[in-house]
Amino acid sequence: MPIELLKYGLRRGHRPYRDIPSTPELRRSYDVVIIGGGGHGLAAAYYLSHYHGISNIAVLEKGYLAGGNTARNTTTVRSNYLTLPSIEFYREGVSLFETMSQELGFNVMFSQRGQLTLAHSDAAMRSFRLRAEMGKHAGIRAEVVDAQTVQELCPHVNMDFGGQHEVLGGLWHADGGTARHDAVAWGYAKRAAERGVEIHQRTEVTGFGIAGGRVTEIRTNRGTVLAGQVLQAAGGMNGRIAEMAGIRLPIRCFPLQAMVTQPLKPFLDILLSSSNLHTYLVQSSRGEIVIGGGTDPYQLASTRSSLPQKEALATGALQLMPFLHNVKLLRQWAGITDITPDFSPIMGASPLQNYWLDAGWGTWGFKATAVAGKRMAETIATGRVPDILMPFALERFARFELLNEMGATAAGH
Amino acid sequence: MSNRLGHGWGSRIDRNAAIGFTFEGRPVSAHPGDTIASALAAKGEWILSRSFKYHRPRGILTMAGQDANTLVQIGDEANVRADLRQVAEGMAVTPLNVSGSLRRDRGRIIDHLGRFLPVGFYYRTFFGPRRNSWLKLWEPIIRASAGLGTVSLDPAPRRYLKETRHCDVLVVGAGPAGLAAAIAAAEAGADVILAEKEPELGGALTYARFGVETADAARHLDALRRQAAAAGIAVLSGATCNGHFADNWLPVLQGDRLIRIRAAELVLATGAHEQPLIFRNNDLPGVMLSSAAQRLMRHYGVRPGRRAVVYAGDRDGYLAALDLDDAGVRIAAVIDPEAEDRDGLAPELARRGVPVMRGCTIRQARGGLHLKAVEVQDRQGGRTRLDCDLLVMAGGYTPGYQLALHAGARLSSDDGGTRFSITGVPDHVHLAGAAAGLSDLAAVIESGRIAGLRAAAGLGLAPAQELPAPVQAGWRRAAPSPAHPKGRDFVDFDEDLQVKDIENAIADGYRELELVKRYSTVGMGPSQGRHSALATARIVARKTARSLAEVGITTARPPFGPERLGLLADTTPERHRRTPLHAAHLAAGARMTPVGAWWRPLVYPGADAPEDAIRREIRMVREAAGMLDVSTLGKLEIRGPDAGAFLDRIYTMAHAGQPVGRVRYCLALNEMGSILDDGVAFRLSDEHFYVTATTGAVDRLFAEMMLQKTIMGARVDIQNVTAAFGAMNLTGPRAREVLERLPGSIDFGRAGFAFLDGREGELAGCPVRVMRIGFTGELSYEIHLPQSHAAGLWAALLEAGADLGLRPYGLEASRILRLEKGHIIIGQDTDALSTPDELGMGWALSRKKPFYIGKPAVERRRALGDKRRLCGFALPDEGNAAGVGESALVLQDGKPVGHVTSFGYSPTLGQWIGLAHVAPDQAEPGSRITLRGFAGAEVEAPVVALPFHDKDNARQEM
Repeated sequence: MPIELLKYGLRRGHRPYRDIPSTPELRRSYDVVIIGGGGHGLAAAYYLSHYHGISNIAVLEKGYLAGGNTARNTTTVRSNYLTLPSIEFYREGVSLFETMSQELGFNVMFSQRGQLTLAHSDAAMRSFRLRAEMGKHAGIRAEVVDAQTVQELCPHVNMDFGGQHEVLGGLWHADGGTARHDAVAWGYAKRAAERGVEIHQRTEVTGFGIAGGRVTEIRTNRGTVLAGQVLQAAGGMNGRIAEMAGIRLPIRCFPLQAMVTQPLKPFLDILLSSSNLHTYLVQSSRGEIVIGGGTDPYQLASTRSSLPQKEALATGALQLMPFLHNVKLLRQWAGITDITPDFSPIMGASPLQNYWLDAGWGTWGFKATAVAGKRMAETIATGRVPDILMPFALERFARFELLNEMGATAAGH
Repeated sequence: MSNRLGHGWGSRIDRNAAIGFTFEGRPVSAHPGDTIASALAAKGEWILSRSFKYHRPRGILTMAGQDANTLVQIGDEANVRADLRQVAEGMAVTPLNVSGSLRRDRGRIIDHLGRFLPVGFYYRTFFGPRRNSWLKLWEPIIRASAGLGTVSLDPAPRRYLKETRHCDVLVVGAGPAGLAAAIAAAEAGADVILAEKEPELGGALTYARFGVETADAARHLDALRRQAAAAGIAVLSGATCNGHFADNWLPVLQGDRLIRIRAAELVLATGAHEQPLIFRNNDLPGVMLSSAAQRLMRHYGVRPGRRAVVYAGDRDGYLAALDLDDAGVRIAAVIDPEAEDRDGLAPELARRGVPVMRGCTIRQARGGLHLKAVEVQDRQGGRTRLDCDLLVMAGGYTPGYQLALHAGARLSSDDGGTRFSITGVPDHVHLAGAAAGLSDLAAVIESGRIAGLRAAAGLGLAPAQELPAPVQAGWRRAAPSPAHPKGRDFVDFDEDLQVKDIENAIADGYRELELVKRYSTVGMGPSQGRHSALATARIVARKTARSLAEVGITTARPPFGPERLGLLADTTPERHRRTPLHAAHLAAGARMTPVGAWWRPLVYPGADAPEDAIRREIRMVREAAGMLDVSTLGKLEIRGPDAGAFLDRIYTMAHAGQPVGRVRYCLALNEMGSILDDGVAFRLSDEHFYVTATTGAVDRLFAEMMLQKTIMGARVDIQNVTAAFGAMNLTGPRAREVLERLPGSIDFGRAGFAFLDGREGELAGCPVRVMRIGFTGELSYEIHLPQSHAAGLWAALLEAGADLGLRPYGLEASRILRLEKGHIIIGQDTDALSTPDELGMGWALSRKKPFYIGKPAVERRRALGDKRRLCGFALPDEGNAAGVGESALVLQDGKPVGHVTSFGYSPTLGQWIGLAHVAPDQAEPGSRITLRGFAGAEVEAPVVALPFHDKDNARQEM
């Protein structure tokens, strides 16, 4: 038994860890105000306070801490994207996850079990080959594997389903893994708070004062604050918040649904998904099977779940693993994903001088929690967008310099 | 010693028959109608499982399938609720979380290590000493101990059925309120479905007690059942309504059947969930809800104990005591937290000699594997020990809120947190009975009647009804038990969480209810917070000095109860469509493959190796004639006065002026100016176009057209007739000869039927639409006809052309044939960003039209310049030594600038050829590009002008 638990058990009474301080009164002004207390915003607060000496920060969260897409996503961490700028960005993201528990002194349970995406069609194999070639070029572990290797990596997967949806091969990404989503946010919150960062829960931004191309004040349901710099990292609410600041983002919102089964003894080690079946399966450390897939087909800003999507996810899950038919579903839920035309995020400068964007995270935001936080912190602290973020600038849409990640984001998240 | 009660008890069991099953390998005998839990209880076996974390013995709590205590494994089925599942002969039942046996579980040691496992302990440690220690060392240990059941990798197959039903009114719950609602709605003329999760109608009337006299309730039950039978209600019993989705779309689970019901009006008579009390050792077997004790006695004829203590937090405690007394259970005492008799039942208990202790609470329960005694504490702190083997808890209820919350309602409480009620119920949803906060039987029935009438009023079948103010419910809040310093006072049995765990979570900084839930995992187990959500909310309110209203109550999400994935999934074995020519392909020995939604023939190998057969088929098309099944093409009929103008909006070429009888290429872009789809449009008349689309894109395109039709207000009718038509492409220099051999009304002569002409007529007795178009670059005719005629014409053509060398060819040959002509495949040679310009398809963009979708973006992108170009290339003479293939990278100065999109060996040219995205400055014929093969070797290839074959496109015009 680890020494930490022994020490705890031999102590008298519970000495609270105080990970997240109670919400204080809003002060009049902060050096940096971060809109959105999800993983990204909290990570940015952490990196600002620990690496750039900026601690006079308020993180404003409309609801409870990390209760939006941080709480709702299916926790895939990977870097096997299609374009070089994306691969390089997410590669840094994965490496930050690898050391995150040590860095934060908080177990985020990063479990690099590898991700296998199955191909049931020539088209999928072609797209996997391209991702593998680009991945190899960028130095990540991504390779196309044949059907036999698929079976070795995941002995329980259904290979042919009666001659239909035959598994032709897959994309094996040994760097892929999962982490405990809540713990990532809490770990960053705890360490940021230790440096004096204020976390304001139930604090909703209601408007901005803007003058001379700058945000001069931020209005909330709890009062108005002044800020030197502002970071917008509001997940599914990004479009709406930007609009309040007079900025139009090329974002459309689609619900993304997921569900979990009752806990079961471990039988699935890797992260398994299928691009043709639009299905994603992973067994959590609690034993639940998390089942996810693509977004709903229609635009909607709603977190209500739907029956057809649940039926579609169940169908995909049983095609991959027909023996799960007896397994019982425990819960389903939905998040709102903010999708850009090229399925890539928007990071960096905005039309306002002191207002920075971290938006357009669609279905792929969790894996970038650390790297987006780190690099946005650097951006705010130095006033200069680092090279690794340049391809993700908002102006790329005006220049049509897009990063086509549509094929690399569908079901694998 | 048997716990079976005498006749008069046990409405569900058939005492005249016996069934045998095994539990932990021991034989158990039961009666038909017994559940696993009732059969074991009748035998005196009360431990059903060990708990998930501390391995504490657990037994019956709700007897209604509402808790995780009773989860067992039956053969290959994990997590079966033992208090719901009826026994079957030979069933082998094993308990969960046990190493050794239930009574001697080796895991029970963990119960004594609890102090070393604080809430959220796994966040504090288990990530060292090495970077990957969590993955390699700790996670495997935790995963092995987590998880409830074991999934079988080879379970018996099961057939699940799905059906969809529509009704005027769906009533969920057939207790007194639900029955009354269904009767009232049906009598008003509505078409009513009544769904009840229990096997019989009546709800609480079948097990609970409503007063000293029981005859009254029996009479109500009788009357309601009789009226329901007479009212023509469709009854679904043993059917759980498991969720509410938008617009009253409700899944009802009945055995292996999923019934999806669309209801115009919905009545939720979902009853109430009795809540357990929190005190030390409240999880011991022998401690159960009052409703569980009553269900055991009345449904299964099982005596829940020999000597009972009854906690009467409300009137139902007294009533349960009367039931227990009737069943011959000795009652050590009824414990009432109130100082005086508020229910008026004390005299009856006194008459029966049952002692009542007033102003008392339960301090703790004692026992090892089963309850042995209860320690009661009075207001002065005095303690009394009462020996017993049964503690019945009547600690109040929460309304059955789940479905209402799925529908958008909220759960609210009064400030004291004594009563919870459902508020903000949306339109077309009506609450009745206990779900509406009622407990008096007459009021419950009346509320049901009114809810039924309101539903009928919603349908226009009855005058609008106002629901009278609800009668005050008899529910009282359970007096909080004094905290016991040693804990073991469980808030959440599923997750083994005690009061201190919740308090410590709050102290650790997780002050919002949702954070408490996520940090402690309270409410995340199989019962989904049914018994823990409100208790947790109260603790949070107390500890953070806020009102319950401020704290809020966690949301309820579907499903209400567990649902098997098999019930939800579409398990139809056939997942791909067959074209009308499928049988002909099989008969011809084709190798079939699923492509998109369809089965398609890849190649007809005959006696040859597939590679040889593909080359043979290509040669055949170039030299004689071949025929390809193109039934999978998307097909749309566009009709109406605005048809031409409408196509002008959707597609980049000009269609309004397209002559009747001509066929024109169609290219659709999205608003980014990227390619969405392509096809052809055949103008059949001024107001009628027949349009083809890519197999995989037609559904998306159809949806887009419907949207654009609405935006434009276009007078067009759009029909997706993809499956209604079969289609075949007859191609090759002898194609015309073949067609002219068949009788028909169409003149196939070269002068009368030119390239890009379209004709309607009759061919070999079939009504056909023929277009002179093709993908191969040869003389081609694409013939579309009603799918029922397709196989006949296919056979007739093959027969007519047999001596000319006509045979069918497959997809593989087709891919090479089109590659030789430099034709692109949308989705393979294009991606989500492809513009017509970078594909060299600027010719397809009308310059004259003021607007088509994507035009502004196309012009903007043209001004910005190409980012890449698609070009043809050929490998040098030594063949494909580098191992180039589709998706191989194109490098410039060592950096990837593009990739190979199509690649193959052209037997016509005797060369490997391909298409690739390259940097704009590499795209001119004559320049050289560097390709990286899959093994890493690089090769230089010359860029070649397209098409590779028949450069002036003479052959298709023959």
